[in-house]
Amino acid sequence: MNVLNYPRIGEQMYHTVLENGLNIFVCPKPEHTKSYAFFATNYGGMDMRFCLDGQWCDTPAGVAHFLEHKMFDTEDGNALQDLAANGASPNAFTGNDITGYYFECTEQFEENLRILLSFVSVPWFTPESVDKEQGIIAQEIRMVEDNPHWQVFMNLMAGLYQNHPARVSVAGTVESISHITDKTLYDCHRAFYTPENMVLCVAGPVAPEQVCAIAAQVLPHQSLGKVERDYGATEPEQVAAPRVEVKMEVATPIFQYACKCKAVPSGPETLRMQLLGDLVAQVLAGPSSPLYAALYRQGLINSAFECGYEMYSGCAFLYAGGESRNPEEVARQIGAEAERLAREGIDPSLWQRLKKAAYGGRVRSLNSFENLCVGQAKSFFDGAGVLNFPEMYDTIEMADAQQLLAQWMQERGTTLSVVWPKEGTT
Amino acid sequence: MSQVVRTQLFPGVNLTAVHTEKFKSNYFGVSLLTGLDRSCAAENALLPFVLRRGCESHPDMQAISARLDELYGGAIEPTIHKKGEIQCMSFSASFLDDAYALNGEQLLEPALELLSELLLRPLTEDGVFCREYVEGERANLVDRIRAQLNDKRQYSMTRLGQEMCRYEAFGISKYGDEGEVSAITPHSLWTRYQTLLTTAQVEMFYCGSAAPERVQQAFRSAFALLPVNPDRERPACELRITAHPEPNVVEEALDVTQGKLAMGFRTDGIGVWDEEYPALMLFNAVFGGTSMSKLFMNVREKLSLCYFASSSLEKLKGLMLISSGIEFEKFEQARDEILAQLSACQQGDITDDELEGARRIMSAALQTMLDSQHRMADYWLGMAAAGMHETPEQLAARLEQVTKEQVIAVAGRMHLDTIYFLKGKGAAR
Repeated sequence: MNVLNYPRIGEQMYHTVLENGLNIFVCPKPEHTKSYAFFATNYGGMDMRFCLDGQWCDTPAGVAHFLEHKMFDTEDGNALQDLAANGASPNAFTGNDITGYYFECTEQFEENLRILLSFVSVPWFTPESVDKEQGIIAQEIRMVEDNPHWQVFMNLMAGLYQNHPARVSVAGTVESISHITDKTLYDCHRAFYTPENMVLCVAGPVAPEQVCAIAAQVLPHQSLGKVERDYGATEPEQVAAPRVEVKMEVATPIFQYACKCKAVPSGPETLRMQLLGDLVAQVLAGPSSPLYAALYRQGLINSAFECGYEMYSGCAFLYAGGESRNPEEVARQIGAEAERLAREGIDPSLWQRLKKAAYGGRVRSLNSFENLCVGQAKSFFDGAGVLNFPEMYDTIEMADAQQLLAQWMQERGTTLSVVWPKEGTT
Repeated sequence: MSQVVRTQLFPGVNLTAVHTEKFKSNYFGVSLLTGLDRSCAAENALLPFVLRRGCESHPDMQAISARLDELYGGAIEPTIHKKGEIQCMSFSASFLDDAYALNGEQLLEPALELLSELLLRPLTEDGVFCREYVEGERANLVDRIRAQLNDKRQYSMTRLGQEMCRYEAFGISKYGDEGEVSAITPHSLWTRYQTLLTTAQVEMFYCGSAAPERVQQAFRSAFALLPVNPDRERPACELRITAHPEPNVVEEALDVTQGKLAMGFRTDGIGVWDEEYPALMLFNAVFGGTSMSKLFMNVREKLSLCYFASSSLEKLKGLMLISSGIEFEKFEQARDEILAQLSACQQGDITDDELEGARRIMSAALQTMLDSQHRMADYWLGMAAAGMHETPEQLAARLEQVTKEQVIAVAGRMHLDTIYFLKGKGAAR
């Protein structure tokens, strides 16, 4: 195995690629009690159209998430219960471009790792079990539809993007999932759950060689390779809708305001753009920015206000949002501040402080095995190495941020999404 | 290995310090503990948020943020916890470990200094809190109270607690009532602040790599200005043994698509202090505390009656609370099935696999806590509120000793007190 050393943050990562193409990263943590294993495929809600066996397949919205639920079924029962019976806490999640399965445990790590690798790589679906899951997931979809934070985010995405599938909810709709059959699930599994399209990341008091030996034993020895996917027509610079509004049973209006940015092609540059994008968001509206102080003082935002930069394959955006009595005014002031910064420049001392703070925050976040492993997996799928962030910060200059702000100001594609209280809600 | 040291810094002012080198940060906090009381819950809840707005040395949030940025993006967050019937007003802080500072500087002492300035040297105006800060945070607190409605699962549990303990301190919201918030003035808040600083039990927490002597010295010197009072007392918690003879049923209608069924049980007075507590923990895990529990396996998986169904304990109040998400018309069916599962436990229908599985999960939960600074801080605040000093390892060891008979015996002592059902507007029921 290769050993990747990150002396500036006191981390060490063992890396290898199995013959079947699976990349494995292990971060030994001998002084910790728990072990954490994360097994993920570079497949999520966005990947609805792909080419399998030379044929283009269109799948209903929500398949990746549906598949995640059904993967726990095994021929003998349910892997969730098998892991839980060993005292492990298993779970899974589906994002726009990733589906991840993980557990943490304090005992029987090797046995648990075998279970994880096995249930994720061996599909077992029947028409009956798919039918039954439709009821459970429909409930989950209804529950999330009641969640105003989810609504405000989905409406934002639908407003920002005209074609890109990030505008569609990862879970799909009650209607779309009704078209899923066991055949759909088998196809998607065969297309995307190939070792080459996946990654295994482990942290804890474990032996890296042992992790690799188990993976080589349990997983298929060959890989189908990677399938081609299609995210639809080229996404235009213009947003689909500058404003999306709904009414729900909420107390205070909830909003998200975002500026559509240029997509970043896969590679080490994605890490640089993520760090830079986050810094620019902080300069613009982070807690130490002049704008944040002004908005807070005017009572326009509260501590729920957050801003940042998100990117997926083929799309990226800068966002700010939270709760406000007057979301339009917050959006107006954010726009005005971006213009001011593009015109007058960033305060150099603020820039220096924010870089220091961003570095410290990233180091602290590595306390969590979940952050460590999920971060490593995502960044691997992006073609970058997240633990190089201290060195990457060294290359980011204030002029880069300035340039990015100017670029955004030219494009001016923004969407304001608001969930307003229903009349009569206190 | 980690080492837990508890020290009395001043009378009624204690420090629980966990010394370990496995984290990249120093995590610390200071909490003021006082009994939940309708007349001052809102003022107490407002206090840390007003204090976080500005102090003498850093008079506004921008100045505080700038200081935090200089200290490598450290965080100091105000939080309000409810531990049984005790209201805890806290500042939690997380700062980079000295080992990763780019210029070899020490970060613990300046970080503690900033925390103590926020707590003890607020920015004042005419001898009391600044009007602007009080008014701003008052509005935010009202928003926070109203925003509880946004998360329907959490909201249904809060409402269950309120209905169940209508005549007990536990029924008081940790944020107080909206009406009480509006009545707060800079002057009344200042008076409350002085009283709290002088009389509340003060609990400090530290977790990180610094040596015990350095940590104690740093806390002592940072908080030397705390008023001296030999009579600071730990607030009491009342455990009510009896449940209503007939369960109290409360229904509420909101514009939602999924119903929430919440059920509250009394544990017959069993709380964290008791010999039976590990058996209660294990029973709760078997019944509804894990993804292999009876509620999860039967009510959710087998019968598809709900999207989620789980139970949790209020260990300082002797309550077991069930939370579930259901379709409106499944109310009776889901309620009956939950009660049928309880009754199965009471009759001894617990397999060895269920019991041992639950034991492994609970034991793992206690051990993995040692890998999370945040969870340890919460655990030790709970211990301080209970007036106990039991380590997670000790509790895990007691858990290993619990027999199936003890779990069944504890199950027999659960009494249904209140049912809360959140339904849709215009729903059939």
